[in-house]
Amino acid sequence: MPDYTPPVRDIQFVLHEVLKAEDLSALDGYEDVSADLLDQIIEEGGKLCSEVLFPLNQSGDQEGCHYNDGVVTTPEGFKEAYKTFAEGGWCGVSGDPDFGGMGMPVLLGTVMQEMICSANMSFGMYPGLSQGAYEALHHFGSDEQKAVYLPKLIEGVWSGTMCLTEPHCGTDLGLIKTKAVPNGDGAYKLTGTKIFISAGEHDLTENIVHLVLAKLPDAPDGVKGISLFVVPKFLPSGDGVGDRNGVRCGSIEHKMGIHANSTCVINFDEAQAELVGAPHKGLRAMFTMMNAARLGVGMQGLGIAEIAYQNGLAYAKDRLQMRSLTGAKAPDKPADPIIVHPDVRRMLLKAKAFTEGARALSYYAGMNLDIANKSTDPQEKLRADDLVALLTPIIKAFQTDMGLEIAVDMQQVYGGHGYIAEWGMEQYVRDARIAQIYEGTNGIQALDLVGRKMSQSYGRLLRRFFHPALQFVEDHQNDPDLAEFVLPFAKSLMKLQQATAMIAQRGLKNPDEAGAASVDYLRQFALVALGYMWCRMVKTALEGKENNAGDAAFYDAKIATAKFFMHRMLPEADARFKMVMAGAGSIMELDEAAF
Amino acid sequence: MKILVPIKRVVDYNVKVRAKTDGSDVDIANVKMSVNPFDEIAVEEAVRLKEAGKAEEIIVLTIGPEKAQEQLRTAMAIGADRGIHVVTDDNVEPLSVAKALKHFVEKEQPNLIIMGKQAIDGDYNQTGQMLAALLGWPQATFASKVELNGDSAHVTREIDGGLETLKIALPGIITTDLRLNEPRYAKLPDIMKAKKKPLDSFTPADIGVDFTNRLQILKVNDPPVRQGGVKVGSIDELIDKLKNEAKVI
Repeated sequence: MPDYTPPVRDIQFVLHEVLKAEDLSALDGYEDVSADLLDQIIEEGGKLCSEVLFPLNQSGDQEGCHYNDGVVTTPEGFKEAYKTFAEGGWCGVSGDPDFGGMGMPVLLGTVMQEMICSANMSFGMYPGLSQGAYEALHHFGSDEQKAVYLPKLIEGVWSGTMCLTEPHCGTDLGLIKTKAVPNGDGAYKLTGTKIFISAGEHDLTENIVHLVLAKLPDAPDGVKGISLFVVPKFLPSGDGVGDRNGVRCGSIEHKMGIHANSTCVINFDEAQAELVGAPHKGLRAMFTMMNAARLGVGMQGLGIAEIAYQNGLAYAKDRLQMRSLTGAKAPDKPADPIIVHPDVRRMLLKAKAFTEGARALSYYAGMNLDIANKSTDPQEKLRADDLVALLTPIIKAFQTDMGLEIAVDMQQVYGGHGYIAEWGMEQYVRDARIAQIYEGTNGIQALDLVGRKMSQSYGRLLRRFFHPALQFVEDHQNDPDLAEFVLPFAKSLMKLQQATAMIAQRGLKNPDEAGAASVDYLRQFALVALGYMWCRMVKTALEGKENNAGDAAFYDAKIATAKFFMHRMLPEADARFKMVMAGAGSIMELDEAAF
Repeated sequence: MKILVPIKRVVDYNVKVRAKTDGSDVDIANVKMSVNPFDEIAVEEAVRLKEAGKAEEIIVLTIGPEKAQEQLRTAMAIGADRGIHVVTDDNVEPLSVAKALKHFVEKEQPNLIIMGKQAIDGDYNQTGQMLAALLGWPQATFASKVELNGDSAHVTREIDGGLETLKIALPGIITTDLRLNEPRYAKLPDIMKAKKKPLDSFTPADIGVDFTNRLQILKVNDPPVRQGGVKVGSIDELIDKLKNEAKVI
């Protein structure tokens, strides 16, 4: 049976020491934010994750969701846990206080997401999807829609979904067939079938608010003809729910992982629907949902990597097998704990260097999201908004790819036991897998990076990363304590700029060049971004050692982990650079018939 | 009804502590600290009494370092109304704690004191009893159930071999056992509200209590490493070993 301890000290290191999150208190509405308050919330939230959500992770996976004639029941214990979670106010951490939210920074929500995903990823998706619905309605809903839905979503008594995919279209939403017909009184009748709807039907809340993409009768073809609708399972009435709407769950999927989250076929049969935002402008609203959701999925990759690492580490210290290659390290025992072996250490360090680096990167994005939302300085707002837009596909794709990779490595540490369900490690492998696929496959994320984010405003988004990174190099390249970190990072940054220029040039003439480079380029970018985070963390750790000698062991471990990253992980960026520079030729030349 | 709940900042019960290498004390540098679990139960009980309309105000009090403020805030997030903090970095012994508490009892005039039966660090199990003696108040220790009836309380206690129910007059002192209740998870809005609840700080000098320790720690050891077992051939051999090797019979 795995164990979970919220990594509070590591979280605090990034929040307070690296990012200085308490600076957010300078923003309107965040006046109450202080290190103390953030710590207290993280402490209590972590307790909820480890004591309430985590114990249901394995049992929820084994039992799964049940479907009976349109009704979905979640695994035992989920309903009670959700009640504790919602009543504790955790659905509305960063919700708008005007609608009953706590109005805390998105950054704090990001921290909570990490811990929730470590504790119980399937559970986390129920409130997680509500968050997406909340964002869309908060940005694009009418005042009336906001008044009806937002307080309920924040309170957690209603939950939300995102209904995009149909049987014949996933990535290419221009092909959707779901129709919405005006019924004369300003509302619509919506008919169609949506599939792969996470949290589409369940027994946790009294109502489910579906946000549905559909086409109006006069819609233009393709993505320009998509509109967004809100379709509740039960029609709102007074302060509660009234008649059942024409929404029914047709079945739930049997799938590789996240068994405790219901993945539903949802049939809409002349369901009463309201338009959200302007007609045919649904795509924009959808991307609002998707961007928040993509960062959320990135946190799933991190969360799974963290829980897998914690348990891989515990096993490696406990499992006695063979002697160290350089002589017995535990002579009083029949064999040495396997953590003495270089390859086991390699896997553990990769997991440690990834999770700690990705945590810094994710929180960096979370904090910038707050600045983008709240800053009154238009320049600063734009800068932060650009940076988040740039980092979103990187965080989504890289962190979920690594989520699986780390889960597999940590399963490997367990040897044969890793393959046995009882030990819990194989569940992490199965759960991690979906995060690479949904919310836009990782291939689509890479296209978003090279196709949209790279070229937007003549590379302005890219500069939001390159400028501070180059500045860091300039400020610290002559610092002897930092040299062994800053130099390899500076080289990798230079190569990233080269790769960027190459893709921009060749991609302009031949878009297949950009497409063929995209996945390797995203990985290269992600490794460089993590390199930046590790350089900043080393700098912070060196300062920390000076100011807080009692915690020297903690800071020394950060510096040692950074060294591993520079020696053993960052070089992959070079390999990816070579692949990018090789161009599209070998990918595109082979005749289809020759495959 | 005013309830006073004294709490202590201790090493979190999940942390596996070790002795310092010089054997001078337990090493608690950079480990997770929490509210003593018995005290958390005391806070929860007080809050339940308040929610049931049987108490109006809950004061939570701690004696400890600057950072013990975190534990007061936790207690206020569960539902205590205000906090009192005697700031000291000393390791304060039960008698000094009881004397300090007496000072605040005389000042605040609570009708009831609910406190943990012991803290999980020192494991003394003395403070409640000493405070009762200093105040001349009745005490009911190791409570697993508490019922208030006006100016008295029925307290069920866990004793060897069963349960005992006592009636004590109020004002009085109740110390909690683990099965009294299951503390709630603090709600997010309450955590935020707790930040704004009043908290008064004092120095030991302010209250005129001498925190000089009367006990001296001679040595702190890790528990001995468990030895492997042996298989015995006969009952006689077992008895012989218990008598002569283990020296337990």
